[in-house]
Amino acid sequence: MSTIHKSPWLLHYDGSSCNGCDIEVLACTTPVYDVERFGVINTGNPMHADIFLITGGINSQNADVVKQIYEQMPQPKVVIAVGTCACTGGIFKECYNIKGGADTVIPVDIYVPGCAARPESIIDGVVKGVALFKEKAAALKASEKAN
Amino acid sequence: MTIQTRVIFAICYLILCPFIIGLLDGFDRKISARMQGRRGPSVLQPFFDLKKLFEKEFLTANKSQLFMIRSYLCFIVLSGILFFAGFDLLLVVFSLSTAAMFLILASTSTHSPYSAQGTHRELVQIMSCEPMELLVAVGFYLAAETFNISEIIAGTASPYIMYLPGFFVGFVFILTIKFRKSPFDIATSHHAHQEVIKGVTSEMVGKEYAMVTLAEWYENGILLGIVGLFFLTNNILSVIGAVAAILVVWFLEILIDNTSARVKWQLMLKLAWGVTIVAAGMNLFLLEIIKG
Ligand code: SF4
Repeated sequence: MSTIHKSPWLLHYDGSSCNGCDIEVLACTTPVYDVERFGVINTGNPMHADIFLITGGINSQNADVVKQIYEQMPQPKVVIAVGTCACTGGIFKECYNIKGGADTVIPVDIYVPGCAARPESIIDGVVKGVALFKEKAAALKASEKAN
Repeated sequence: MTIQTRVIFAICYLILCPFIIGLLDGFDRKISARMQGRRGPSVLQPFFDLKKLFEKEFLTANKSQLFMIRSYLCFIVLSGILFFAGFDLLLVVFSLSTAAMFLILASTSTHSPYSAQGTHRELVQIMSCEPMELLVAVGFYLAAETFNISEIIAGTASPYIMYLPGFFVGFVFILTIKFRKSPFDIATSHHAHQEVIKGVTSEMVGKEYAMVTLAEWYENGILLGIVGLFFLTNNILSVIGAVAAILVVWFLEILIDNTSARVKWQLMLKLAWGVTIVAAGMNLFLLEIIKG
């Protein structure tokens, strides 16, 4: 039986945001929402992370950072864009240095809209991400067997 | 101790230790969460984490790292076998420090600044704990006149805590550091901390990190075993007392962890040496006087 989905470790990166969504992400780890009950650990290390949670848009300075973090994460991995900024660029979209949402540099699996995204919808997104993580792990295993 | 009992004890350690310590770790997270007013994860969470790490893709910056980590695990397990099969206590302490050297080598084999920072902290941590570990062995020698663990246990009718209370206090104090609970900014502190990321384990991916976790469980088994040694006598019933003492110490560590969340490594170094010198030193002195 695969239990891989019971241990999703999360890496939170703040792109070009107003910090509104970041506060809500942190709120998820507080006693009121307690994401740790799903086995989620908020890790600071891409090499230990399974879920890449990104808030805020992509600008010309952080584009490379986001790409590098994504590449450092071992497979299977899931990317969740939290907040309108991370989904499309949001309120900053028209700024001269903004490229747009997270999907302009890395493939995004799950979009959590909202300005700011509410903790309930963030947890919802994480739970969906966890289901996808399980699927990806199974696919990875199958492809390893095939090789 | 006959050779058969030694083999049985060694096998029990090999098989049971990860399960018991993993489960204790699970309860630890649950109790910590409750202390913070959260529900916390399932008590089996440490096993889910370990299994996942083994299933992740393996990326490494330096191939020799895997070899170092395997050696680290082997030396820890070897120390555990020496301890639980009742061999030399001094040898156990030395073999544990050899294992720690492999962890240092593994983390320095990559050139990540976080690993480097973590290695520095790990060395400071070794510096603060090692004297006490060595003194515990010396204490048992002075009280029992042997380093041999099976003879230490067989040779007494009253528990060693009566002769070695200072050593016990000092040892319990460094356990907080050895379990990587407090201070929060040491090497691979289990708390989310951005300054050193994950310290020595920053560059360890998937199965490497899983092996380090496993090694930590085996090591914690030995450390809790040493706590038990303070309460064991030649009477078989003393095992109950030893297990109770281990559980009390374990709970105490969780309590310290949750009430001293912001202790830093500088304070750790001062306190650990202070406690070692005062508690173990006084005890050593008194022991010498009693023995005359
Ligand atoms: S989506 Fe709204 S709250 Fe979130 S980072 Fe953007 S502007 Fe701030």
